[in-house]
Amino acid sequence: MLELNDLDVALRVGGRMRRVLSGLSLSVAAGEAVGLVGESGSGKSMTVRAVTRLLPEGAAVSGRIRFDGRDVAAMDAPALRRYRDRDVGMIFQDPRAHIDPTYRIGSFLTEALRVNRGVGPAAARRQATELLAAVGIDDPERRVRQYPHEVSGGMLQRVMIASVLAAEPRLILADEPTTALDVTIQAEVVAILDRLRRDRGIGMLFITHDLDLALAICDRVAVMYAGSIVEIRSARDLHRSACHPYTVGLLGSRPSIQARVDKLVAIPGRPVSAFEAPPDGCAFTDRCAHAEPDCLHGRPALEPFNDGLVRCRRVADLAVLAESRPESPAAPPSEPAAKSVVEPPAESPAEEGTQP
Amino acid sequence: MTPRYVLLRLGGLVTTLLLSSMLIFSSLYLAPGSPENVIFGNRTPSPAARAAVRHQLHLDRPLPVRYWDWLTGVLHGDFGRSMVTDQSVSSRVGSGLGTTLSLVAVAAVLIAVLGLALGIAAALKPGFVDAAVNLFTSVSVAIPPFVAASILVSIFSIKLGWFPATGLPDGFWGHLRGLVMPAFSLALISCGYLARVTRNALREQLAKEHVQTAVGRGLPRRVVIRRHALRGALPPIITVIGLQIAGLFAATLIVETAFGIPGIGRLTVQSVSQKDFPVVQAVALLLVAAFVVANTVTDLLQAAVDPRLRTAGRTA
Amino acid sequence: MTATLPAGPETVPTGPARGRAGTRAGALGRRARALYSFLGPSGTIAAAVLAAMLILAVGAGLFAPYDPNQASLLDAYQGPSMAHLLGTDAIGRDVLSRLIYGSRTSLLGPALVIACSTAVGVPLALIGAWYGGLVDAGAARILDLVYALPGLLLAVITAAMFGPGLTPAVVALSIAYVPFLSRVVRAAARQQRVSPYVDALTVQGFGPWRIGARHILRNIAPMVLGQSAVAFGYALLDLAGLSYLGLAVQAPTADWGVMVSDQDSMLRGHLLPVLVPGLLVVVCVMALTVLGARIAGERPERHPLWNRRGKRAGAE
Repeated sequence: MLELNDLDVALRVGGRMRRVLSGLSLSVAAGEAVGLVGESGSGKSMTVRAVTRLLPEGAAVSGRIRFDGRDVAAMDAPALRRYRDRDVGMIFQDPRAHIDPTYRIGSFLTEALRVNRGVGPAAARRQATELLAAVGIDDPERRVRQYPHEVSGGMLQRVMIASVLAAEPRLILADEPTTALDVTIQAEVVAILDRLRRDRGIGMLFITHDLDLALAICDRVAVMYAGSIVEIRSARDLHRSACHPYTVGLLGSRPSIQARVDKLVAIPGRPVSAFEAPPDGCAFTDRCAHAEPDCLHGRPALEPFNDGLVRCRRVADLAVLAESRPESPAAPPSEPAAKSVVEPPAESPAEEGTQP
Repeated sequence: MTPRYVLLRLGGLVTTLLLSSMLIFSSLYLAPGSPENVIFGNRTPSPAARAAVRHQLHLDRPLPVRYWDWLTGVLHGDFGRSMVTDQSVSSRVGSGLGTTLSLVAVAAVLIAVLGLALGIAAALKPGFVDAAVNLFTSVSVAIPPFVAASILVSIFSIKLGWFPATGLPDGFWGHLRGLVMPAFSLALISCGYLARVTRNALREQLAKEHVQTAVGRGLPRRVVIRRHALRGALPPIITVIGLQIAGLFAATLIVETAFGIPGIGRLTVQSVSQKDFPVVQAVALLLVAAFVVANTVTDLLQAAVDPRLRTAGRTA
Repeated sequence: MTATLPAGPETVPTGPARGRAGTRAGALGRRARALYSFLGPSGTIAAAVLAAMLILAVGAGLFAPYDPNQASLLDAYQGPSMAHLLGTDAIGRDVLSRLIYGSRTSLLGPALVIACSTAVGVPLALIGAWYGGLVDAGAARILDLVYALPGLLLAVITAAMFGPGLTPAVVALSIAYVPFLSRVVRAAARQQRVSPYVDALTVQGFGPWRIGARHILRNIAPMVLGQSAVAFGYALLDLAGLSYLGLAVQAPTADWGVMVSDQDSMLRGHLLPVLVPGLLVVVCVMALTVLGARIAGERPERHPLWNRRGKRAGAE
């Protein structure tokens, strides 16, 4: 349904062009949920913005974005509006900022229906209350008459989800939909989103920095680093047998919820954005425990490996390494990573993950 | 908008009016040179004649009593009698009030239409349009009405002869023709100011996340601009329009004098130079009232537009 | 703190100081460049314009070719010539000389207004912001009341009380401008009041007067200065308008506002004596607004057209 092919995006920052996506390829099939995981600055948000053509002004885009075979970049204004109205729906990270504070919740929910599809006010109101009930909001009759500033952030995010469902899109783009919420309600909101999406057979591109969350609700997970995807595979496989050193590192740096750990393992160094990455070679080289001199030359391609795609020239060697220690597939890669151990503050056990 | 908020604002309005009426009334009678001297002019009256006049003007009674009499009179539409022409003040003021109100109304329409149009154009069309509007606003906010008046008169009355330099021709169209240039001189500063505020507020709103949401939902551009960006930019725009229109009432003093428009602005200036206290009191009170009412209406409109202010008003 | 014309026009940059120049010259060049980068091109031009006006006003006797009041009916209504660069007015007075002398009253009046209202308004705002509560609320209510009276109207009422003249006009406008300054300063000072450094100073045992005068005031000084400059422009407009109405500076005295009110020249199509002083008012007010905005830290919008200039200013 959605196909991104060799997508390059550069943004204008203070008069200079800064690359945020480089050679990104990704597809989402109808009804499928794909997770896009990465640290901040890896370009996940820019990916969904490119899909909806909501990039900031002055952005340069090359590569192809296709929805059902139609080129999104080539759409004229009416086609683009129709595409945004019918085909994709976007759930933003911060509902407080992304919902116009001057209108009542009911008006926000039904605006697209009334303006784009000419649904009458009464029908629109009925639909709004039904949707609010569907996302688990009590007393929807009262809520539609309230203003955004009168309800909590969690409820507002459910309103946003309802507003996207109202348009019955074929693909939901969820940009960190729970990051701005309290930890206690994150799980609830994700569960509602997941259930309603499945019930309706809507595809989803789920952006998050929380690998566990992506693994829990997505069919496939793509891991991003420095503006491109380093590994894609099914959520089940990724959990058991991640291949790219970065993915392995991400999995290893999660605090375990089963066992108390005394030391948290982190990936050394700091994440880089596409424009900071070296022009030649693998962008992860600086932080990779398995890097060789050869990794500095030639950009590795995203190639099939073990039912997934991996962007690492040493992936076959590393798989052999992992084979030798079958009992801990998701463990951090051997010795060099041990140097990068982070001491947790005294006595405090690792924080519980934000798993749903 | 809660009724409580409206009541609070209206209460503030009445208090301000009452206090300023006291200030206006007492200040003129506390002034050096007692009012009766205006009547005697250069003659030196006998004590008896002076006492008689003082009695006739109620100057022999204590100030609070006189204020009370004046205030009850005002509430009944009786502002006393002119000390110069002995006409009733209400009739003198009344004949000019309509003219001044129509002048302010024409200017207000000019401000709202031109200011908004320029501001919106500048916000939506970066580059040449924006730069041109920016230039216009920076110059126009520095052109006071009397300078604008002399420029307009020199071009359109003296060089081209399109509009009368002074006075109002008869009839509705004559009136309108006579009001064009005064209204423009009155509106120029506010117009530039409103255009600048509109542009900045709209730019700010266009960059807001909720505007992106609206775009992302596939709403047409004009709906996004009208319903979301402009709606959000309204509070500062309403404030500026309201304050500027309120300010126009004071500026009518200058513009009506410059163009010889027989409104209450010119009447004020004339009465001041003639020391015609009852007239000055009446017009000053009217101008202050117009200013304060315009301010209050602005506040109420704001609360109607921005739901968040209403809750703030409730707690305030 | 008083808003006399901002000094430092003599530091208009004259290009980078060469290395061979003495350290003194080097330091001066550095200062000039620092000032230039702070003011930016537009701010520098504004400062230069105001400096030129100030120099003309102070040295009027040196620059003016004639006595501003020397009338010669034979020379009336002359156009520009070598003898009279800007011609003469209705009674044959040299327009250029009147303009130069007129800058004295035209600038001195608003300078006095802003000096007085800053001197009253800023301490009032600081005290209100520091103590809060009843003191603050009381001050705010009184200021709101004053704010409800347009400065022009207050000045007109004062003129009715004390007769027309520069002094009553300056007094009235000084009062009217107190809230204009004090409201903004109060808001800024309240922000400072709750900032951590004030807590730190309080803990160290410094009293409110010292913290207020030495630290808070220092932190908000750019904003106060900027607001004063803008207010200076407005006061200039108001005073010129009052002089135009004949309520401030009186007729034979050379003053820009008085000169604009010369209707006789105007109606004869003899425009220079009327338009040039008006233009000077506009230029002064524009310069003050630009400079005020610069000082208060408002940079031009990041806009392609202005951006290039802004960057150059920032880069140095």
